[in-house]
Amino acid sequence: MKILVCISNVPDTTSKITFTNDNTAFNTAGVQFIINPYDEIALSKAVELAEGGKGTVTVINVGDASTDATIRKALAIGADSAVRINSVPRDAWFVANQIAAYAKDKAFDLILTGRESIDYNGAQVAAIIGELLHIPSVSIAKKVEVASDMVTVEREIEGGKEVLTAKLPLVIGTAEGVAEPKIPNMRGIMSARSKPLDVVEPFSVELLAHIVNYETPAPRGTVKLVDATEVEKLVSLLHDEAKVI
Amino acid sequence: MSILVYVENTDGKFKKSAFEVVSYAKSIADNIQTDVVAISIGNVAEDELAALGKYGASKVLNVNQEQLASFVNQAYASIIAEAVKSTGSKLLVLSNSFSGKGLAPRIAAKLEAGLADGVLELPHITDDKLTVKKTAFSNKAFATLELTSDIKVIALSPNAYEIKETGGNAAVETFTPNIDQLDFSTMVKEIVRATDKVSLPEAEIVVSAGRGLKGPENWGMIEELADVLGAATACSKPVSDAGWRPHSEHVGQTGIVVSPNLYIAIGISGAIQHLAGVSSSKTIVVINKDPEAPFFKVADYGIVGDVFDIVPKLTQALKAYKGI
Repeated sequence: MKILVCISNVPDTTSKITFTNDNTAFNTAGVQFIINPYDEIALSKAVELAEGGKGTVTVINVGDASTDATIRKALAIGADSAVRINSVPRDAWFVANQIAAYAKDKAFDLILTGRESIDYNGAQVAAIIGELLHIPSVSIAKKVEVASDMVTVEREIEGGKEVLTAKLPLVIGTAEGVAEPKIPNMRGIMSARSKPLDVVEPFSVELLAHIVNYETPAPRGTVKLVDATEVEKLVSLLHDEAKVI
Repeated sequence: MSILVYVENTDGKFKKSAFEVVSYAKSIADNIQTDVVAISIGNVAEDELAALGKYGASKVLNVNQEQLASFVNQAYASIIAEAVKSTGSKLLVLSNSFSGKGLAPRIAAKLEAGLADGVLELPHITDDKLTVKKTAFSNKAFATLELTSDIKVIALSPNAYEIKETGGNAAVETFTPNIDQLDFSTMVKEIVRATDKVSLPEAEIVVSAGRGLKGPENWGMIEELADVLGAATACSKPVSDAGWRPHSEHVGQTGIVVSPNLYIAIGISGAIQHLAGVSSSKTIVVINKDPEAPFFKVADYGIVGDVFDIVPKLTQALKAYKGI
């Protein structure tokens, strides 16, 4: 089975988010970048499915050379090879177009992405790739099982879950529960250095949207503390003051 | 040139998000002097469809075919895209629900339309320009996005827009799409609904607990409190990682982002990743024995003390308030 895993290079989850240039650009100063946590789940699932010679795993990232460290980590986790589309990832439409164009003639059985990236949170890439390649896509998968060419996916729905089946090829956006994130071991780290990392130039995509500016949430007021012996007072405050009950 | 709205149903009943998207589209339509047409897919009763008029839809396109009884991402996306074209709509609005997240990008890609997901407010529209505010960086920031394509798609965050009743009944029309059998490559085998539970992303009140609960055996008091409030239950990441609660209850940067009217955090210290997922809640209550817990810095109300003492008392006080 040939698996393609799409990975995104995102700010560490503990990062404080600030902006520069009149709030038009993300301030990367002092920010540690990591593999998007959901993409790490996708990658771990791919490595699990390919284990024991059952398949190959290629990771793909749209990014400039600064993302190579993230790609090498993905190789250390267990991907066999990597591709970097040499461009700043402008938005999900741009990224999905680059990945679909790369994947088009390579007969991947399974394309995995994280359910969303933790920076732009669009949850768009899996579905757009599916549409561009004319293959089905499942977003926000909580469980993935593959048996020969049939995939069973458990998908989250409001107030429950849905189990569906699909034949390969398929694109899946993976969420928590699909696999336990794998930690690279020393052998993986050593071998990652010698695994192939191809750099491919992007093609031009007409953009459909752009970010005008960013803002950070207004600070909340100070907390009103209620004494532990006066719990009823909290109920009154929620009713009379906050008007939420 | 109406605004088209896709309205989701669950087993033939419209969800809260359906009324939210229709109300939202009606406000835009009033601003730019057009009307709202809704499209429904699945087996929904005619009076339920017509009732969308109350929220501002003047017409409802009804697609009710056996093959479409349950959600099929590809097929639904094709049908909605076809409806956008046949109505000549330049703006499609749908919910940024779990299904919406799979649908919206596929429809947008089909129509080469710009997509604003996780939208929080009404857009600004001048001539052909549309700008709108959306979440970014897992709610740690917001972005104003400009959609520059001819057709535009907005996916509205659940709970971000208030439901408004403005009109009467809508005219219901049958819409017969061109069905491509290739769109049915995925098959729904089973739907499991936790019918007694309030859906977390749509919940107006969320009761959430963390490691301060010490173990899964102590969740009874959290569920009881949630029951009294008609709330959904949620948890922090360490709790779902430890297997105390299912991943579907994990709220935070790498879990579900919620924006209820009231979020009650019990025994959760408030790591930056957790705060990101709940920061757009209108009112936050924190109960924690550690007065230095970072969660108190973003809370509206707080109680410092032992959760095992306070939560049962709070449940009793709420029961008394509600006369239960």
